[in-house]
Amino acid sequence: MNDLLQKSLTDVGLLLEKGEVSSVEITRAAIAAMEQHRDLNAFITETPDIALIAAEKSDRRRSEGKTLGALDGIPVAIKDLFCTKDVKTTAASKILYNFVPPYSSTVVENLEQSGTVMVGKTNLDEFAMGSANMTSHFGPVKNPWKNKDGSDLVPGGSSGGSAAAVAAGIVFGATGTDTGGSIRQPASFTGTVGMKPTYGRCSRYGVVAFASSLDQPGPMTRTVNDAALVLNAMAGHDPMDATSARHDVPDFSASINGDVKGLRIGIPDEYTLDGMPGDIQELWNQGIKWFEALGAECQPVSLKHTKYALPAYYIIAPAEASSNLSRYDGVRYGLRVEDAGDSLDDMYEKTRSEGFGDEVKRRILIGAYVLSAGYYDAYYIKAQQVRSLIADDFNRVFEKVDVLLTPSTPSAAFAIGDKMDDPVAMYLNDVFTVPASLAGLPAISVPVGRDSGGLPLGLQLIAGPFDETTLFRAASALETAAGFDVFDHGKDA
Amino acid sequence: MSLDKDTVRTIARLARIRVEEKSLQPLAGELNNIIGWIEQLGEVKTDGVLPMTGACENSNVLRKDEVTAGNQRDDILKNAPDAEGPCFTVPKVIE
Amino acid sequence: MTYLIEGDSGDWEVVIGLEIHAQVISRSKLFSGAATDFGAEPNSQVSLVDAAMPGMLPVINEYCVEQAVKTGLGLNAQINLRSVFARKNYFYADLPQGYQISQFEDPIVGEGVVTLDMPDGTVREIGIERLHMEQDAGKLLHDQDPKRSFVDLNRAGVCLMEIVSKPDIRSPEEAGMYVRKIRSIVRYLGTCDGNMEQGSLRADCNVSVRKPGEDLRTRAEIKNVNSVRFIMQAIEFEAARQVDIYENGGEVIQETRLFDAGKGETRSMRGKEDAHDYRYFPDPDLLPLNLDRDFVEALKKSLPELPDEKLKRFTDDLGLGHYDAGVLVAERDIADYFEAVVAGGKAKRDAKMAVNWVTSNLFGALKSAGLDISESPVSAPQLGALLDLITDKTISGKIAKDVFEEMFATSKDPDTIVDEKGLQQITDTSAIEAIIDDVIAANPAQVQEFKGGNEKIIGWFVGQVMKASAGKANPGAVNQLLKQKLSGG
Repeated sequence: MNDLLQKSLTDVGLLLEKGEVSSVEITRAAIAAMEQHRDLNAFITETPDIALIAAEKSDRRRSEGKTLGALDGIPVAIKDLFCTKDVKTTAASKILYNFVPPYSSTVVENLEQSGTVMVGKTNLDEFAMGSANMTSHFGPVKNPWKNKDGSDLVPGGSSGGSAAAVAAGIVFGATGTDTGGSIRQPASFTGTVGMKPTYGRCSRYGVVAFASSLDQPGPMTRTVNDAALVLNAMAGHDPMDATSARHDVPDFSASINGDVKGLRIGIPDEYTLDGMPGDIQELWNQGIKWFEALGAECQPVSLKHTKYALPAYYIIAPAEASSNLSRYDGVRYGLRVEDAGDSLDDMYEKTRSEGFGDEVKRRILIGAYVLSAGYYDAYYIKAQQVRSLIADDFNRVFEKVDVLLTPSTPSAAFAIGDKMDDPVAMYLNDVFTVPASLAGLPAISVPVGRDSGGLPLGLQLIAGPFDETTLFRAASALETAAGFDVFDHGKDA
Repeated sequence: MSLDKDTVRTIARLARIRVEEKSLQPLAGELNNIIGWIEQLGEVKTDGVLPMTGACENSNVLRKDEVTAGNQRDDILKNAPDAEGPCFTVPKVIE
Repeated sequence: MTYLIEGDSGDWEVVIGLEIHAQVISRSKLFSGAATDFGAEPNSQVSLVDAAMPGMLPVINEYCVEQAVKTGLGLNAQINLRSVFARKNYFYADLPQGYQISQFEDPIVGEGVVTLDMPDGTVREIGIERLHMEQDAGKLLHDQDPKRSFVDLNRAGVCLMEIVSKPDIRSPEEAGMYVRKIRSIVRYLGTCDGNMEQGSLRADCNVSVRKPGEDLRTRAEIKNVNSVRFIMQAIEFEAARQVDIYENGGEVIQETRLFDAGKGETRSMRGKEDAHDYRYFPDPDLLPLNLDRDFVEALKKSLPELPDEKLKRFTDDLGLGHYDAGVLVAERDIADYFEAVVAGGKAKRDAKMAVNWVTSNLFGALKSAGLDISESPVSAPQLGALLDLITDKTISGKIAKDVFEEMFATSKDPDTIVDEKGLQQITDTSAIEAIIDDVIAANPAQVQEFKGGNEKIIGWFVGQVMKASAGKANPGAVNQLLKQKLSGG
């Protein structure tokens, strides 16, 4: 069964199509794997009963010739930031510890309508704020990859649970959300594929909001083609989300043909950081060589304001979050902390200080501060201006190149407990991913190699707005050239 | 700009998050660390640059004036910590 | 005629600015698809978006935008083709999101002006600063339980227009007139029903005082006053209170106050002393609202004739006096009724006659019966027909009053009533003469009085003749013939 679970989503889909395996069989295997890997703490809520019912329905559809498409019957996991009707949705926070939404997010409904089978809700950093999945109220997630000495590693964050579930061979795909790198960075840390579409590609309706102008749902899978298939199911205009793009959704996997001859690839100067580990620079150079061998043309480009992306992000995201999280007040759902004789404000303050973890509180306070009277212009407006400049940098560069190639992360996965003393040290994990987030551009992390400690590393590709097709095409070529084995970690154990 | 513990107290109040008196100074330290790092944005020349308020290219998305929701009180109250009859309740507010 | 408050140290002027919150007439709310009807069962008109459930997002109602633009046009104001929704962040139990979606730096409507026709015949212009759109909050119920307040979110998310005046108002009376004018305009446009008892129109009053010629002093804000009478009372009280403070050497603090209608006083809102830092920023869930010129022009063309234009037409074209015209145009229903009365008939009817009948007789009857003009048992054509009967002398003015009463009670046509009761005026001189002769013959003493020099007694004779004719004799003819007969011999 391990073999089956380690296939790509695309390949397992073919087996289902040929009738060589049933959805119920695969789902049972996924459920067993989920139980087996409980030590990773990748799931907050397991939904085996729902999964088996969905799997049975899928098999029945297939026997009647009414299959819903490439994803029909395939076990997936849903990040516990996406509301799922009648299934507890917590955002990994104590403040939503018992929240059962009477509605599903549009992305989840889209996936259901494609026939996917949800086996559980994955763990994440609380309210999607984090880069190591260490801030969840439900405990940290462990990377299926371990240090050479066997010690535990973080899977990255905030979509750490989804990344771990895919990397451990439990599910064939998982949804994540990416605000500053929360899909791409954990994908790099776990040796999987993680993709953030153009802002507006996927609907945010029903996704617990962190930073509204940055949040974007996306797929986490084992292969690039898998990601294209899952994105096709997730994406589309939603009239319930005013920021949802009205662009047509093309068939993303149809563009994956391995041909990158003449593709113009930009290598941004500013992504070479002082003190960047040698193995990352090497892998990046290797990426350039792979592409050139395939006939693509690599050239250096300049994105002048890159270094200001992180600080700008850490003004904008907390500012929006401080407002988005005001609704968690103990009145209409979730945790309420109230003692006899408390006033309304007492209740608010107690509920929120007990319900939110430290990182969330820090960001709310930063956010409230940068929006407050006297500081709004100096911080928030300034950050949005810098954001414009960053977006302009990209626009100019995309007149000369089709995609950009950069490292995904400044290091491989680090030990659980590291970098917890200094929030800024943690924030620096997102140095390569944040710029594309600020500009709203589609970006993908593809696992391509290992660092000197044997841990996975990814390279990131960034394309122009709504140009996911070029992105997938380039990413697939890179994936093939790199030949990375997603399940290498399992073989070592 | 440096935050002192009075500022933290004010901001925590605005955000309705209770912070113990003894935690105010350490928290001020943490926040100052972050704010200090953010302040490098001051180096960037931004005169005349329009702030970017969103990453999408959409023009107006409006909806028609139709009743498409409501009449779902059970759903609305389902997760309420302290509902009574048809209403949410909160500690008494004096206006 | 300036309104001044006398203090020991001199006269004080009152400076008033009003912020009127008008609930927009629309089927659904500004950002959600829930209904907006008044008086529904608690929390029955609440969507997931209104309840601020996790992951919920606002989407703008296009009709609410139209209503705001129309109102802006009705205020002679600039329509801003680009406006931005911003979040106003604060915590309260009636505010599920923990922020109100409003407009801050870039409202949909800019500066405008409203004219008030003062009773002394002058015209005062009150400047409009801006109009913006925002969400209404829910309602808290405090009387259900001693220890808890109950939250009903039906009203949360309903579209409000906030109309902000410039601080141009200078007396409680002007404030009252201003509110009535705004109310009249939005009712004309159909953008708000102006029902203050139900709360669809309410005002926050910003009041300060100063010595004439001074700069503005500190103001206090009196929130949520929901009747014109209370607005005037509140302002009067507050201005006097502030003068008192200054006269006694104190300082007025900038604060929010409430009007206690029972006591006729304003009082400080305890517990809201925290300085509010609303941390406004553009709502990242919504795009800037961009309107094109054609859209605004089309709305402009679709506007009904507004009170000011109508008043000008009534005075210029129909020759009505300013005051009368003002009474008619105050409500569109009334103006329409009046025009229907005038317009009908074989030739246009006498406007002045019509206005008297409408504003005295009809209004009086409606008031007694507690009806408004849309419920009038007498239709405009019917009233017009009554006027025709007077004009062509079929009945006298006095008889017409009786006929009107009957029309009001039964909704019958005037012609029908006149026929049924045989009320046609007697104009036939020989018939009148006959009655006069009888009266003269029956009252020799009074005849002697007349002959003795008491000319005034003619009035008594007229009365007797009218009585004898059951009011149907034409009074003019009676007068003339009586004089002849009494003088002649």
